[in-house]
Amino acid sequence: MTPELGQYALMLALGLALIQATMPIVGARTNDAVLMNMAPPLAVAQFIFVAIAFCALGECYVASDFSVLNVYENSNSAMPLIYRLTSIWGNHEGSMMLWVSILAFFGALVAVFGTNLPLTLKANALAVQAWIAAAFHLFILTTSNPFLRIPDAPFEGRDLNPILQDPGLAFHPPMLYLGYVGFSIAFSFAIAALLEGRIDAAWARWVRPWVLGAWMCLTLGIAGGSYWAYYELGWGGFWFWDPVENASLMPWLAGTALLHSAVVMEKRAALKVWTILLAILTFSLSLIGTFLVRSGVLTSVHAFAVDPTRGIFILAILIVFIGGALALYAWRAPLLKQGGLFAPISREGALVFNNLFLTSACATVFVGTLYPLALEALTGDKISVGPPFFNSTFGPLFIPLMLVMPFGPLLGWKRGDILSAAQRLLAAAMLSAVAIAAAFALEHGGPVLAPFGVGIAIFVMAGAVTDIVERTMILRIPFNAVLSRAIGMPRSVWGTAFAHFGIGAALLGIVSVTAWGSEHIAAIKQGDVIDISHYRLTFDGTFDRPGPNYHDVVGHFTVRRASGEIIGSLEPTRRTFPARNMATTEAALMTRGVSQLYISLGDPDANGAVPVRLFFKPNVLLIWGGAFIMFLGGALSLSDRRLRIGAPHPAKAKAALAPAE
Amino acid sequence: MTRKQRRLVLIGAGVGVLAVAVALMLNAFRDSIVFFNSPSDVAEKHVEPGTRIRLGGLVKDGSIVHSGDLRVRFEVTDGNSEIPVTYQGVLPDLFREGQGVIAEGALDGAGVFDADTILAKHDETYMPKEVADALKKSGHWKDDYAQRAAMPVGGVTK
Repeated sequence: MTPELGQYALMLALGLALIQATMPIVGARTNDAVLMNMAPPLAVAQFIFVAIAFCALGECYVASDFSVLNVYENSNSAMPLIYRLTSIWGNHEGSMMLWVSILAFFGALVAVFGTNLPLTLKANALAVQAWIAAAFHLFILTTSNPFLRIPDAPFEGRDLNPILQDPGLAFHPPMLYLGYVGFSIAFSFAIAALLEGRIDAAWARWVRPWVLGAWMCLTLGIAGGSYWAYYELGWGGFWFWDPVENASLMPWLAGTALLHSAVVMEKRAALKVWTILLAILTFSLSLIGTFLVRSGVLTSVHAFAVDPTRGIFILAILIVFIGGALALYAWRAPLLKQGGLFAPISREGALVFNNLFLTSACATVFVGTLYPLALEALTGDKISVGPPFFNSTFGPLFIPLMLVMPFGPLLGWKRGDILSAAQRLLAAAMLSAVAIAAAFALEHGGPVLAPFGVGIAIFVMAGAVTDIVERTMILRIPFNAVLSRAIGMPRSVWGTAFAHFGIGAALLGIVSVTAWGSEHIAAIKQGDVIDISHYRLTFDGTFDRPGPNYHDVVGHFTVRRASGEIIGSLEPTRRTFPARNMATTEAALMTRGVSQLYISLGDPDANGAVPVRLFFKPNVLLIWGGAFIMFLGGALSLSDRRLRIGAPHPAKAKAALAPAE
Repeated sequence: MTRKQRRLVLIGAGVGVLAVAVALMLNAFRDSIVFFNSPSDVAEKHVEPGTRIRLGGLVKDGSIVHSGDLRVRFEVTDGNSEIPVTYQGVLPDLFREGQGVIAEGALDGAGVFDADTILAKHDETYMPKEVADALKKSGHWKDDYAQRAAMPVGGVTK
């Protein structure tokens, strides 16, 4: 009964989406307020029905209803409840359900919270949102129905792929999807603006919170996925330039560019045409990401099934939406009015610089990810484009971006004073020089350029602090005055400083791990001692430990300082899942400050020697910590009252709320 | 600065950065691309020793020989030809005889493939796409594989 209810609800959602996709647009064309006002309730109703469908699927998993094919293939009654829930999106059909649920959720949010939007813009935007929803509802119902039944229900399910049975999976896909799909709002608003042929600074003000929210979720989602790969796959790497990772990085890069260009549009009414294009491109890259990951053209942990009709369906969605949006852009963008003037050296100029480099970096990732596919389709040659390609293209493009980043917030709008900004950054530059010297003196081995990487990271972090120091006038005026300035400062200024500091911290982590991480691979026996970095590990042997739907073989290591003092123990594990006859590696981690010791076990060989991978990862936690600081920056910026209050009337709002900068 | 000048500066800067990006990409494409080959391809195309390639196929039954110090030697086959592979390190969780495997590295002078990376999928029912295509090409594709590969379960590249 439950799965049928879910399928029926999804069909109703499709019907509602089709009405929502047409009526409001007709209303906006004919200036019919009744038709336009249909959009918000329809969006909410569509969300309710999608939510019912999603919950129905969830109930099938919770109840372990193996008469549902999707549940049978991906769940098992011995699995803990949390993994039965997360296995909803641990497969193709369920993850598409999550995708449309989030899409409908965002549509409903716009409908409920967009009370201050102009009627036509809101109607058009919700209609565009419904086009996307309708396409994906249809996709699920025709090619990826999660509610299909098996005539003779089996007694037990086939279990979820063991490497997906991990708490990280509870969090990573939903966050990533909130990011991907959140950009659909920017897309819908961009298309709505093009349909109307009118756009102003207020548009950026309405869209920016959505972009910011999506960007925050995507940042956390990518960082979460990276950390999951780090500890679950047992290879100790945090980023592999795998096509699937790139698929999430591309919308992030474009979204970051969009976030910055929307600031220029909001504050200075400039770069309108460019911002619209970025909004279209960002969501297009999200769609391409979905296509790459879900179509089976790439084989990875995320490509759940290889079914050509699905790939072709998603490809069709891709062509219609991206092609259609870009055609509309080419046709309507010339109608949009140009905005304010600015000198090359100015806040706007710095943000344009940011946009140029971010989009170019995004383009290199795009080419590196899709070139192998294109080449195979054209010539049949199979190639792989690995980390060396991305390191030598993406890296050089990111360095200028990092070097200029601290200058941006210190420059004035319209016309900036680069000398004064440089003067204020002198302390940061000196700190960075000290860091470079210290890195040369303290660290041996590693690439020659690594200390400069540390220098850039310190410069970015110190630059972010400089901005706050300058604005609060700390050390120059009494402490109470500093405090009141700090509290009175717009939250978005704090947000910028946090986000920039976070990327500097992440860079420091990446450089440290890449240049100075140590690795030790060996086959060891009980009693063996391994020295790594400043630690000495003794292998005390292995023991067995049963689990609910798996069996563990645990290795026990005692960790000592070089001086001999015991500081703890590590228990890396080989986990065997009988339901799929599969083994996974559960790495053991020991955190020392922001660095980590990392051990993973291999299969013991015939003479009882256990292969181990042992890493010392200096500053590794800064990578994800930095991403989390960026997320906090986004949250601070999102809480800025200037984003929440006012801005209902395009022209007036700008005059009344323009910041005094 | 007039509107027209500003637009020229912007477009100039955009083209400049894009040109740098393209130059970087072309440069990177020249020396960081790795071709995928089956053992038959290696024989047919006379892949030079020292050229980095990816070698894909099945691990030949009974060919795995472990020696001390984590050294392993095995043969990769596509049914028509075999190439011996040596590797030192920890093998992936699902490296097994009769399973699909991709090795990255280069041939040495004696025709032995010296791998520095071994990729095997994390799921025993999964067949890497490249390997499946190569087996089909060499006529050694069994329906059994297709059935297994079509099962909607995940595999992992790493």
